Amino acid sequence: MDFELMQESWPKLVGAIPETLILAGSSLSIGFVIAVFVALARLSSNKVLSNLAYGYMYIFRSTPLLVQIFLIYYGSGQFRPFLEEYGLWVFFKESWFCAILALTLNTGAYTSEIIRGGIQSVPWGQLEAARACGMSGFLLFRRITFPIAMRQALPGYGNEIILMIKSTSLASIITILEITGVAKKIIAATWSPVEIFIIAGGIYLAINFILTRLVQWAEIKLSPQLYRDRVSFWTMLFKKEENPTAVDQVAR
Amino acid sequence: MDLSLLVYGDAGWGDEMLMGALMTIAVATCSYLLGIVFGAVFATMKLSHYYILRLIADAYTTIIRGIPELLVIYLVFFGGGAVLRSVAKGVFGYGEYIDLPIFVTGMLCIGISSGAYSTEVIRGAVQAVPVGQIEAARAVGMSKWLRFWRILVPQVARYALPGLGNVWQLTLKETSLISVIGLADIMRHSYIAMGSTKEPFTFFLTAFFLYLGLASISNRGFLRAETWSNRGVRVT
Repeated sequence: MDFELMQESWPKLVGAIPETLILAGSSLSIGFVIAVFVALARLSSNKVLSNLAYGYMYIFRSTPLLVQIFLIYYGSGQFRPFLEEYGLWVFFKESWFCAILALTLNTGAYTSEIIRGGIQSVPWGQLEAARACGMSGFLLFRRITFPIAMRQALPGYGNEIILMIKSTSLASIITILEITGVAKKIIAATWSPVEIFIIAGGIYLAINFILTRLVQWAEIKLSPQLYRDRVSFWTMLFKKEENPTAVDQVAR
Repeated sequence: MDLSLLVYGDAGWGDEMLMGALMTIAVATCSYLLGIVFGAVFATMKLSHYYILRLIADAYTTIIRGIPELLVIYLVFFGGGAVLRSVAKGVFGYGEYIDLPIFVTGMLCIGISSGAYSTEVIRGAVQAVPVGQIEAARAVGMSKWLRFWRILVPQVARYALPGLGNVWQLTLKETSLISVIGLADIMRHSYIAMGSTKEPFTFFLTAFFLYLGLASISNRGFLRAETWSNRGVRVT
């Protein structure tokens, strides 16, 4: 074990954390918006719309992310004259744009399924009650369907967040220097994979650990009626055994 | 887009893409099976009475599921050869330069990560078998091994099948990453073809549809296997 190398290289790897988080954060947030629309299209009574949404979801979930990234990053080069004509080439020549576009389309497909599940799990009675109060359309969606659906979808969405953090590593293949990219560069130069792997892997584990705990905390905050004690985020992060226990539904 | 580039034979890249697809299928199948072996072993460890075994298995699934596969691939690709050489030198006294074949490296990497997901699926399936069944088997005097083969395995296989189907889809998609270290799979062949024809979109679109086809066909296969495994089970 080469501790000197570890000491030398950890600042470089830690310095690459923002790149990973920017990639994941921007694609998750844009992807989420896409996913809401796709989920709604999927559930709409319009056959064409729902089939289109299904096709998008199916295609992007059945193919590797790497193909999607290459298709956008390298594939756009084949249409360069066309893209230049419409002024789009400035975007497609940037590897950052291509990576975020591919990641966004990918997470949009996965998230749309999670959100669809959430929307479908909204109890019918809630919608009936809202209609009885005179809500309809967008108001009903904004006030009743969406909040309840989000609570249902949150655990699944937490998994998707972790998957996206892991997926950002593929951006390193198209020259973006996020954590994995930097790690590969150092490994290739020093030929000591274990040391770098420990640091880079540790960083990913730490990010994912904090994110899972954040999602759990959000779950509690959004459905406080299900939990006995109030908890702060810090107690959740550091004291596992003091995690709040869900109150037994039947007992209530 | 020039589709004549995709003809089969010397003039086009059709045969290369097909060979790539076969390679993808081969490496996906091997690493999937390896993953199931890992999954069975680590699921047993997770359900064991010994704290240390549970700890090891927990560490395995947490670490592998928490870090990107690409990082694992780099670790095995750059580190596997060194380990192999030191073992060869220390244990067998073989000092020549040897390296892991790329197929084995890829199979190991994807197998390790697929194994972490299989572990959770198999553990869940084992826990889904009602305790009463094991007790009943014990009551009629079955030995430990007989209980395992006659009661546990058939039911675990049935419960685990949907989850293992998902793991297969994951594994199939993950194999695309091994092209990064040079295995001649679909991605690698598309990349080479792109280099010499300057038509990246054509080839990556072909790759896209090849993966889509593989995923759809195997998905259908798993659905049929599920129906088959549930025959005779009462639907409530």
